[in-house]
Amino acid sequence: MTVGATVSKTDTDLPTAAPSQSGGGGGGPDPGAHDPSGGGPAGPGAGQEKWWRGERLGPQVLRVVTHLPLIVLVLIMAALIWKAIPAIRYNGFGFFGRSVWNFGNLYAPILHTHGVAHPPGALYGALPLILGTIGSSAIAMVLALPVGVGTALVVVEKLPPRLSYGIGFCLEILAGVPSVVIGLWGFLTLGPFLMHHVATLWANHVPDVPVLRFFRGPTGNGQGLLTSGVILAMMIVPIIAATTRDLLRQVPRGTVEGAVALGMTDAEAANTVTIPWVRSGVIGASMLGLGRALGETIAVAMVSGVLVGSPIRSLYSAFSTIAATIVSQLDGAFTDASGLAVATLAELALVLLVITLLANVGARLLVRRVATTALPVGRGI
Amino acid sequence: MAIATARSSAGNQARTRRRRTKNVFLWGACGLALVLLVVPVVWIIGGVLANSLPHWHWNVLTTDQQGNGGGLLNAIQGTFLITALVLVVAGVVGIAGGLYLAEFCPPERGQLLRGASEVLSGVPSIVLGYVGYIALVAGVFHWGFSLAAAVIVLSVLVIPYITKTTEVAIRNVPTAYREGGEALGMRSGYMLRRLVLKPALPGIVTGLIVAAAIAVGETAPLLYTAGYSGNGPTFSLTHSPLGYLTYAVFTFYNQPSNSAHQLANSAALILILLVVLLIVVARVVVSFTQRYSPDRQVRVPRARRAR
Repeated sequence: MTVGATVSKTDTDLPTAAPSQSGGGGGGPDPGAHDPSGGGPAGPGAGQEKWWRGERLGPQVLRVVTHLPLIVLVLIMAALIWKAIPAIRYNGFGFFGRSVWNFGNLYAPILHTHGVAHPPGALYGALPLILGTIGSSAIAMVLALPVGVGTALVVVEKLPPRLSYGIGFCLEILAGVPSVVIGLWGFLTLGPFLMHHVATLWANHVPDVPVLRFFRGPTGNGQGLLTSGVILAMMIVPIIAATTRDLLRQVPRGTVEGAVALGMTDAEAANTVTIPWVRSGVIGASMLGLGRALGETIAVAMVSGVLVGSPIRSLYSAFSTIAATIVSQLDGAFTDASGLAVATLAELALVLLVITLLANVGARLLVRRVATTALPVGRGI
Repeated sequence: MAIATARSSAGNQARTRRRRTKNVFLWGACGLALVLLVVPVVWIIGGVLANSLPHWHWNVLTTDQQGNGGGLLNAIQGTFLITALVLVVAGVVGIAGGLYLAEFCPPERGQLLRGASEVLSGVPSIVLGYVGYIALVAGVFHWGFSLAAAVIVLSVLVIPYITKTTEVAIRNVPTAYREGGEALGMRSGYMLRRLVLKPALPGIVTGLIVAAAIAVGETAPLLYTAGYSGNGPTFSLTHSPLGYLTYAVFTFYNQPSNSAHQLANSAALILILLVVLLIVVARVVVSFTQRYSPDRQVRVPRARRAR
């Protein structure tokens, strides 16, 4: 709150300006264009109003409240960094290269290294967790992008309105189903189905060569990278499909009809006119979905098998993501009296925050850049 | 899509056939995508119904949890209490934020605040839960597992959504309304209440409903802030853990007892019903605004293209 208070002190000339100019509609009042003698309707009377009247106090309060997300964001970063400092000093850069997760001997006397208290033998590495986070999200993206865009295309171009209303309802349900319910379904139904009936189609026939080996092996009990990827895909596909559908509806009909009039088939018109028109928006929606997939916790914790500290062997083996590790290890981490385990989880949370923020900020930068350079007419023509 | 050609040679015909095949193939693929999207929705709902209905007991709604069995009354009460308080806290802050961004904020500052809000909405929920734990539960404030910590963390999660929907709803109010109000010499506060907020209300309500759906369905931020309790909520803000539905699913699904599995499945069913109810209410609100909005545009069916 102290930050908000200082902010409200720095430019106190605004609230007097704002109420009398609030008719601005879209743009909002511009402080530079404010003319104190400009005599809006409330102009002469404004000076004599009591400060606690809604017209004077309201915007002040609103402004302080509006700064809360910014303050909270700064506080979150500060809290994580402050909490993670011992772990960063103890784990060093090797944290990102090791595949090990060892609390150390919690019953032995606590040692001090580099001024950091830790149990003897404590060793942490986040490599498999980072790879698992990125890998499962990549699988989700590969599955969700074509399904989402294809659905949006067919909904906008081919289906009658009543049916596309129903599909929209389906999308909202899929987006709204709590992740814990999707996780439960993945654990009980989807995982066993995928591993027993789908993955077995190829898992034993893939040749045993370096890259393809990853797709080979026993398919296990249904918890693993493949199931997690599919579950994550289902969670992000509504974002991609709904955004793409709304964008496709804004494509001017004239250009599409022009393409068809030139003799293109529907598919060619979609490829050369419609898709390029919405491309930047689709990329943005995909990156937002990617951000959600990277940070998804509960569903992944239920279907990944949460295996920390050992490398990912195959597409079907248990693994863990950063988020699932935090939620499953925090209980155990409290038993570390030196506090290093909790600090290491803070470091993990910081890594996850940086990865997701990169995805989110990247999405906005990418969309802004593409949106400003792209011509309104598809580049395929 | 007949392609008229003046000179119909064999090569031309082959190319036409190829293009036609490609057309069919693409729309077939899109149709397949649609099926791939709809089937999981039906499968999830059907799966949850099939798992929960055979063992459904109405006393799940009326008894507290006992060990690995009993009912879900405490969890249901907890979920409703948390959601209601989140709507109050996040509603006030979010609507105030959206109002300020739409009406009063200078543009540069608005860009900064909007950016912060978007970044905040991108922070993973488990990170919020973790920070809530180290700052509110165990750290600085020492509140213990408590209602207050849960409500604050969930509010931080949903405030960006409410701010965004409120700002969009207010910006969509026609400028003419405000001009009319100013022309009549209304006070700005009165004008804001009667001429700007009132038409924007359905949009704001939709945002609140989305926020409620998120609050009902979240697990990760609550695990280490609300804790869990088998008893009903005590209505004390601090030092008193409370139960909620998502915890019941997350904890009981792999307990080695049938009664625990039934609790998990029943909780999943209640969660799905709550979310579907919220979505339907939101749809009704939206259709209501479209029907009675002053500048409603009559939807003209798009000319269908020849196939």
